Amino acid sequence: MSGSRRVRLPEHTVEIVSDAGEGAQKAAIAFAQVCAKAGNGLWTVEIIPSEIRPPPHTTGSASGNRIRLAERDRVTNAGNEANVVLAFNEMALLSRLEAGSLAHDVLVLIDDQWATHEVEKHRISYREVLDTFRARGATIIEVPMERETLRHAEDAQQGKNMFAVGLLCALYSKDLDVLDDVIRVIFKTKAPEVIELAVRLAAAGYQYGVANFKECFEIEAHPTDVPKVAMNGNTALALGAISAGFELCSMYPITPATSASHALSEIFEDFGGFVHQAEDEIAAIGVALGASYAGMTALTITSGPGMALKTEFQGLAVMTETPLVIVDVQRGGPSTGLPTKIEQSDLLHALYGAPGDAPKVVIAPSTIEECYYILSVARKIAEEFRMLVIVLSDANLATGQQLFDRPDVSETPRRAPLDLTPVPPGALPYDWDPTTGLSERRIPGQPGGMGVTTSLNHDRNGKACYDAERNQRGHSMRSRKLAALQQSLQPPRVHGAPEGDLLLVGWGSTRGSIEEAVDTARSAGLEVSSVHIQFLSPLPPGLSDIFSNFRKVITVELNYSDDWNDPLITKENRRYGQLAWILRAATLHDIDCFAKVPGRPYMPVEILGEAKRILEEQSVVENPRERLIASEGAT
Amino acid sequence: MISMLAEESLLEICAIETHSLDEYESEQPRWCKGCGDHGVLASLQRVLRKNNLEPENVVSVSGIGCSSRLPHYLKTYGFHGIHGRALPIATGVRLARPELPVIAIMGDGDCFSIGGNHWLHAIRYNVNALVLVLDNEVYALTKMQASPTTPDGWKTNTTPRGTYLHPLNPLSAVMGMTNVSFVAQTATWLPAHLDETIEKAWDHHGLSFVRILQRCPVFMPKAFGEGGLNFPVLFLENDDGIPVHPLLLKRGRAQAHDHRDINEAQRIALAVDPAPMGLIYQNPEVPAYEEIRWQRKDRPDRATFLQRLDSALDRYTVS
Repeated sequence: MSGSRRVRLPEHTVEIVSDAGEGAQKAAIAFAQVCAKAGNGLWTVEIIPSEIRPPPHTTGSASGNRIRLAERDRVTNAGNEANVVLAFNEMALLSRLEAGSLAHDVLVLIDDQWATHEVEKHRISYREVLDTFRARGATIIEVPMERETLRHAEDAQQGKNMFAVGLLCALYSKDLDVLDDVIRVIFKTKAPEVIELAVRLAAAGYQYGVANFKECFEIEAHPTDVPKVAMNGNTALALGAISAGFELCSMYPITPATSASHALSEIFEDFGGFVHQAEDEIAAIGVALGASYAGMTALTITSGPGMALKTEFQGLAVMTETPLVIVDVQRGGPSTGLPTKIEQSDLLHALYGAPGDAPKVVIAPSTIEECYYILSVARKIAEEFRMLVIVLSDANLATGQQLFDRPDVSETPRRAPLDLTPVPPGALPYDWDPTTGLSERRIPGQPGGMGVTTSLNHDRNGKACYDAERNQRGHSMRSRKLAALQQSLQPPRVHGAPEGDLLLVGWGSTRGSIEEAVDTARSAGLEVSSVHIQFLSPLPPGLSDIFSNFRKVITVELNYSDDWNDPLITKENRRYGQLAWILRAATLHDIDCFAKVPGRPYMPVEILGEAKRILEEQSVVENPRERLIASEGAT
Repeated sequence: MISMLAEESLLEICAIETHSLDEYESEQPRWCKGCGDHGVLASLQRVLRKNNLEPENVVSVSGIGCSSRLPHYLKTYGFHGIHGRALPIATGVRLARPELPVIAIMGDGDCFSIGGNHWLHAIRYNVNALVLVLDNEVYALTKMQASPTTPDGWKTNTTPRGTYLHPLNPLSAVMGMTNVSFVAQTATWLPAHLDETIEKAWDHHGLSFVRILQRCPVFMPKAFGEGGLNFPVLFLENDDGIPVHPLLLKRGRAQAHDHRDINEAQRIALAVDPAPMGLIYQNPEVPAYEEIRWQRKDRPDRATFLQRLDSALDRYTVS
């Protein structure tokens, strides 16, 4: 490459940001695909503004992607501070600094048109922002992106993003031919002249980079024979729903859940299913419940505010023991909160949101790959236990992309045809097994099975009743099913050693960051391990035993907890992270939490920092002298 | 052995009813004496018998309220759900099993107030279902609160000095909805008219919305002119509508009405005094939502299903 120095790296994190609508997201997708095709492991996360077209050239308008690419084929999270940022303007660049996403020595590629822009305000702010970055230690490469794009296109908005991908491919020593192929696939529905322009601009960006970058990077890739797929968690949920044999997805538009239904709507009819867009969130679950009652495999997909509206129907599903699956793609709350950003704040709501005692199953995928498989698990439990199963995904999984082994479709579970055999004479609609609470479900159309399914308390005959004994019985039978399911679960696997100074307990999408923090800590000699909980209700067996082997146990979760140092906060009034509440209640261990609401995934370094802080505190309390040795040895 | 088709036409010709009424009876109703709900239940049982329906192939769905107990007393498959939400459940059943006739039973508060959004949208979906609103103009199960249809100035426990608003006109509301396909009004004090209306509604292809006026003998005994004794009605007459027997004319006069003319139907629906009785509007051409959806979805065998899933994955395959 024309005299430039090539630096080999094990991994890098890149961010691409523009004003909303300028195409940074598409640029990032193209770049990620080039890396994936080469065999790099990667994880990408969208940077999304809350509005469709927020005021341009402001920090609130920044839109784009973060891409973490690595030599190893498995990347489990979005990484630490970014090493490279490509920005279309200085405000988009500034927004990433404000988000705390960039390394001090970040390499900045920025469109230089603002340096000489006719609007004085832009010229001034461009200089100021770049000065700020230089003062922090950043390296800045100003690229005439606008000017170069205009040499090929009449409107720089139409294609500057392709010039940007070309630049990145040059920076990371990628193959221009692969980029060419990727662009042709991405734009395959567009007019031929649009495709040719995109390809030409990408090549121009690439040539510019090759000619001007003094240094470029190489992250070696190891292509494997195992075919891989790259998709976001919502697409994985959609394809997983098809694979699991669902026939109806009943939904109402809500961010960040809706794109799962988009992906389903596109193809579901080809698989004998359909997406029903209901008039509201309540109707969405109502239609799913009615369909499930009638024998169709149905689910509803929503986010926090929609979950709130669905709670009465959740109670109905529990009371009538109608199998039903709800996917909650969690976002920041309360109320409208942070609609496009990640939080794990619906756990307690999922468990206890419905009025009355409403035992239900709550499970959480921890990777995008698990988003694909989890609906098969959810369906099986819902049908076999006649239960409501809530799947808690989140905005990080929903919009992030990860590479994983391509699923083998021949392992797709078989769908049994509707069984309408007559109900044997004398059989009861709620013939609860006294040990497990399980009973045989009946479906309209089965001769001899007529009778009402009621939201009122009922006995084994399905008849409404109001007396103490049968109310207690109904409750214990519905609850017993959770115990029966819990008996079939395995204790979770501990990541790291089974004993030590500190155990981090996580759930959902934080898994990759937590385990990476644990690996880094352990390689520095710290006795830190982690455990990840997939079943939140019922909790898996063995937790108390696992916790007993650690001096301290904390949960790591993306939800709110009071800080010990906050004014007025005491042992008596402190509010813990949501998993911490549950684990404290379930195990009586004094479990603490690292629970915050940054609206983005935790970086592994943040978790590592917290782990070190706790270990240091421990040694101060227990052995002030040992502390010095430990911390010197560890850091 | 006669073929299914021959058997069906034989039944039709001879009007043989293969089921007895008690085959549609479940437990003893627990409604108050004099409540109109009893009459609607009996009328429904008669229409099921007349249509020779197997009890296991009918689904009744209800919300919450006095009338919503009906599925407990009708021996078919029944789903007694939650307040205001009968229609989403009914829609779900129809989407899942278009071969099963569905009856949705609601009260006035249930359908018009807490379930209002579902009500209006159900009209637009036009699923093929019999939708009965048993309107006693009061919340009865919760002991006498004003409902959207409680008459002007009436005193209830939440309006002890009289209601504040004019009552809602459910007929004009549904007549304003896109895709409306069947609207009728009847009353439980006109049992023959009730029977005929439910039968006509049953035969309609699409969502048949029937508002049934009925007095609550406990909380609103004076409603509807003391249960129809003194309640001005106007019978809508049409050869293809609900028959107006001469005896009915003692209760009100009859007027010719073209229920296929939407403008005329909208005008009639706006009238409240006298209250129009009979078939207000019918358009059998409006497609049913579940049929649209079933027509568009494929039913692939397992091999095709797997092959399509494989190609869906191709799109995301990178190496």
